[in-house]
Amino acid sequence: MAEVMNPPRALPLSAERLGFAAGGVTVLNEVSLSITSGSRNIVMGSNGAGKSVLMRLLHGLLTPTAGAVKWSNTDMALVRRSQAMVFQRPVMLRRSVRENVEFALKLTGHENVHRAAEAALERVGLVHLADRAARLCSGGEQQRIALARAWALQPEVLFLDEPTASLDPAATRAIEETITAIHAQGTTIVMTTHDLGQAKRIADRVLFLHHGRLVEDTSADIFFQQPQSPEAAAFIRGELLW
Amino acid sequence: MQEISQSFSLAFVLIASFDGALLSIAGLSLRVSGIAVLAASLLALPFGAWLALARFPGRQGVIAMLNGMMGLPPVVVGLLVYLLLSRAGPLGALGMLFTPSAMMIAQALLIFPIIAALVRQVIEDAWGEYREQLVSLNASRGQCIRALLWDMRFTLTTAVLAGFGRAIAEVGAVMIVGGNIDGVTRVMTTAIALETSKGDLPLALALGVVLIAMVVIINLVAQMIKTTAMRKHG
Repeated sequence: MAEVMNPPRALPLSAERLGFAAGGVTVLNEVSLSITSGSRNIVMGSNGAGKSVLMRLLHGLLTPTAGAVKWSNTDMALVRRSQAMVFQRPVMLRRSVRENVEFALKLTGHENVHRAAEAALERVGLVHLADRAARLCSGGEQQRIALARAWALQPEVLFLDEPTASLDPAATRAIEETITAIHAQGTTIVMTTHDLGQAKRIADRVLFLHHGRLVEDTSADIFFQQPQSPEAAAFIRGELLW
Repeated sequence: MQEISQSFSLAFVLIASFDGALLSIAGLSLRVSGIAVLAASLLALPFGAWLALARFPGRQGVIAMLNGMMGLPPVVVGLLVYLLLSRAGPLGALGMLFTPSAMMIAQALLIFPIIAALVRQVIEDAWGEYREQLVSLNASRGQCIRALLWDMRFTLTTAVLAGFGRAIAEVGAVMIVGGNIDGVTRVMTTAIALETSKGDLPLALALGVVLIAMVVIINLVAQMIKTTAMRKHG
């Protein structure tokens, strides 16, 4: 009964001197950070700064070549169940919208996948497309299906890798509203973007990467009003950083 | 040239008159190759998908060998199966030599590498696209294989059809293990070989036209189903 009241948590997670190199090129170097429960963390930086690699390292899709990612809970099965990720280009399985969500639920051994999938689709406003082939939906709809699929899993932390990078403003707004709703239900958000406006709308905290290094880790207010590093200041002014 | 036109006319007459002997031979051809494809596919689909995802020392060698076996000479496969099933062979007690079952075994062995190699390539390409999503969803290796096979089902029909084409068109293996016994193991290709050796070239060619027509019709139907399904499922 006590476990029902206080389910085991995977967060906080910490990255300690995290590094990743591939083909002799260092993509990420000495990145240390921690993600606490309930926060909205936006990872920013120019193209090639290492944002996507950092997300994949934190989510466990890549193995760091230096340092480590540590979760507060040592039960790795629980840690894996506690997280979900939405990619820039969502992978839709060649089946209906509903079946895409049900597929993810079935993998977790969920008891009532049909009802849970319906509920997730309803939350993202796509229940009317439930029987349509997912691959025939628009880019914006596919990204919302991916969000519904991730949300259905009720993750403790949701990683989003530039989820609106190739979407129009209306679709972007729908995605942002969904992310806000997911956060409002208690899910911690870790998201990459290089859209300053989007970061301002969503972020509690900004992690700014430059050339694979974490050069700024501050609250969103401070980041946008008084950036502490010259790189972040230049990025906000719209000056390209190489 | 006259022989060719004569052959087409004869083929038309054979089909239009529902020639009993032709129907029997064509039916056996379809049954033998159909069951061989089914059996080979049941093994080759999971094996090819497993090989696409597996990482082990010597994997490249296994892939190279599998690809190489796509060109297995049918007579060699026929000979191996003959030795296995002959009275003195390890499976001689089964009494399967010169039966349609022996022909099915030979054809299944012949096309297994073709289907498995093509499946391996299709699934490996798909894995590049699906890997991060499936791993992110905590899918096990078996769940990944099942999901990929299902999602690539339309593309994989081409691999199965390639196997079927190879099976129904080969003559060497079925001739050796089947023996071309009239009414028992005579199929389209062995009948064509027999008529050719007898010098009845128009009949041999006519049978060839019927065989090609059968394969084309089966491929057309499969293609139509595939196109319709892809339009529906994306």
